[in-house]
Amino acid sequence: MRKDLILHLSALSVLLLLELLGIFSDYHQGNFARILVLAAYGVGYNILFGYTGLLSLGHALFFSAGLYASGLSVYHLDYDIGQSIILAIGISAFISSLIGFLALRTIGVSFMIVTLMFSQIAYLSILYFGSITRGDEGFVIQQSSRIFFSLDLSNPTIRYYSALLIFSLCIFINLWIAKSSFGRVLVAIRENSDRALMLGYNVQSYKLLSIIISGTISGFAGACYGILFGYVGASFATVSYSIFPLLWVLIGGAGTVLGPLVGAIFMFYLIDYASDITDAYMIIVGVSLLIVTLFARRGLLGELRYRFFKWIP
Amino acid sequence: MKKIIKANISRRKLMKGIASVGSIVAMPGFVSYSQAASSSPIKIGFQVHRTGIGAAYGRWYDRTTQAAVKIINDSGGINGRPLEIIAEDDGTDPKRGAEALEKFANQHDCDVAFGTLFSHVVIGSAPRAGELKLPYFVVSEGHHVASGMLNRYTLQPGITDVKSQVQAMAPFVKDNLGKKVTMVYPDFAFGHDHRDYFSAAFESQGGQIIAKVPIPPTESSFSKYFPKIPRDTEVLYHVMVGPAVLTFVKELGEFYGSKGPKLFGFIDSVEAVDLSTPGLEFLDGSYFWEGNPRYAQANQTDHDKFYRNAVGVDSNGASVSDPKDVSTYAHMFGCWETLHIIKKGMEESGYSGIKDRAKLIEAVESMTSMPLSKAHPQGAKIFNGKTHQTFGHQYITKMTNGKLVLAHTTSIEDTFYPDEVDYTKQSF
Repeated sequence: MRKDLILHLSALSVLLLLELLGIFSDYHQGNFARILVLAAYGVGYNILFGYTGLLSLGHALFFSAGLYASGLSVYHLDYDIGQSIILAIGISAFISSLIGFLALRTIGVSFMIVTLMFSQIAYLSILYFGSITRGDEGFVIQQSSRIFFSLDLSNPTIRYYSALLIFSLCIFINLWIAKSSFGRVLVAIRENSDRALMLGYNVQSYKLLSIIISGTISGFAGACYGILFGYVGASFATVSYSIFPLLWVLIGGAGTVLGPLVGAIFMFYLIDYASDITDAYMIIVGVSLLIVTLFARRGLLGELRYRFFKWIP
Repeated sequence: MKKIIKANISRRKLMKGIASVGSIVAMPGFVSYSQAASSSPIKIGFQVHRTGIGAAYGRWYDRTTQAAVKIINDSGGINGRPLEIIAEDDGTDPKRGAEALEKFANQHDCDVAFGTLFSHVVIGSAPRAGELKLPYFVVSEGHHVASGMLNRYTLQPGITDVKSQVQAMAPFVKDNLGKKVTMVYPDFAFGHDHRDYFSAAFESQGGQIIAKVPIPPTESSFSKYFPKIPRDTEVLYHVMVGPAVLTFVKELGEFYGSKGPKLFGFIDSVEAVDLSTPGLEFLDGSYFWEGNPRYAQANQTDHDKFYRNAVGVDSNGASVSDPKDVSTYAHMFGCWETLHIIKKGMEESGYSGIKDRAKLIEAVESMTSMPLSKAHPQGAKIFNGKTHQTFGHQYITKMTNGKLVLAHTTSIEDTFYPDEVDYTKQSF
């Protein structure tokens, strides 16, 4: 069996065993459920940033598109969970196609700013249509609506397994992309888009496809987040939630399949433990991030790949 | 001894598991703490806005909470057990808020959770409170509790909600200030509650809302919105929150000077703001809603004196150690009163530990009259156990020579509205 497949299956097995063997305390079981869904969002971000080399500051738009598509369809239209997730995937794909089509007219810093602006438009639209979205307050998806094939998704154990399934699905898509010829073209574009163009690849089409895949996975993660945790709110559309996946990917290792998971775990527990030490925990977080940036410039997993395991995808 | 695992497993499996997760398991705090013994402190998880848009409120919510805990502990605690506050910053963010509740319930084994003002944090956290079966006492003012949006584990017994506050203002505004009102409010849910509930109440009184001027939440300069206020406006109703409130009122003053319509505002527009700040002189003669009057009034009760002294607030509503550090006096009493309600609920239910959480909620639900007392220094209240919401007096003060002087006190009945939910029908 391929080494990369063994690595990822092992990582998922550890996550499965932690639950099966009852090693998690309730607190960390809940944390990891949250982290896994957020890491799935990070996986979506990583496809665009880590593999294609396009730095977006507007991914909260895609995350919240999925979040609101599923949440609003359950809240207002009584959709069941399956229908709401399919709708969220469709809407995320449509929005990412549209945004990709428009934003790819720019490159570099302009691309960052354009994606940020689109994301801000989405955030302000959520507030503007407050009678439907409940604005900044958001709304609750009631426990009775969070049933999927008789499974109560608010149950901590079911939620954990669901989150693991969602994350597994996303990383296998990522792994497939990373090992496919399509993925290699994305990396070629990241490394030198002019050269890829000269070799005959339609760079714009590849970039557009990358945005669509990235945005759709992000939207899927958003939809799952709202359904698993029962809350939909505008704060998930703020610029902070565009910065978070960037941080997870940078810390974990851009262009590594498991990097977003490593980054999300690191960030989550850094804040968690630092806040136990002092009220000024953001100072600890800031200093820690500086240290990681200085001594592991490729991210934690990226540095491991660079120094020891060149085969890590 | 700390509880390491939640299930009984063999040593071999345990070792295998530890090997699997390596250093993660070894990280400090990874495991949950032990179940509280009957003689150990009652742990209150305090969700506090230390950072983010609500930080000014959080600082004073914290001080009020610490003062209330000291008073309760000095008088023997609850059922002979001292209170211990486990504070966690929610970052004024709903995701962090929900995580804080998880930490309270599963890491610290808190008996109840309490605190927090901003509505989106409460709404984002409440589903987790219900799932964790953790009684969650909020001090938020939002109508979300009484609207039926939340669950049986979420209660708001220590502070009135915005719907009742706003509707109680309408008769006073119409009878004393004018019948043509323009509303300026933040263009998000909190502002929309003001817009919708005040409009309905005011128009039912025979008044007229002639313009509504929403201000986007990202705005930091407000002058361009003021020309939208019609010239025939008799009363300008304003409410604003967040770090830009001082800019808002200053620019309002620059726009109108000493002329302009009569002003009626929610104190939120100048909460934690020193009213002697240059540029605010134009507010003299204007009226404010206050949940609890910031300045000690001529008819100050002994209970308010006691509370003010315990929290460390002077007669001008500022910290006794720094006159420029102005409190959020209109809101923070809710923390004091809520902690006393938790105490009463635990004593009446014979609360002995986490297994009695449902009994605690039922005891609070059965409360009705809460008379003016040291436990309720803001005033008497009537708690509605079905809607989990308290109702109480509202205060209207007039800015006079730089101080807010009480002009009107509403009755509790002025704040009533029909029930929208009956949480007691929900199972635990």
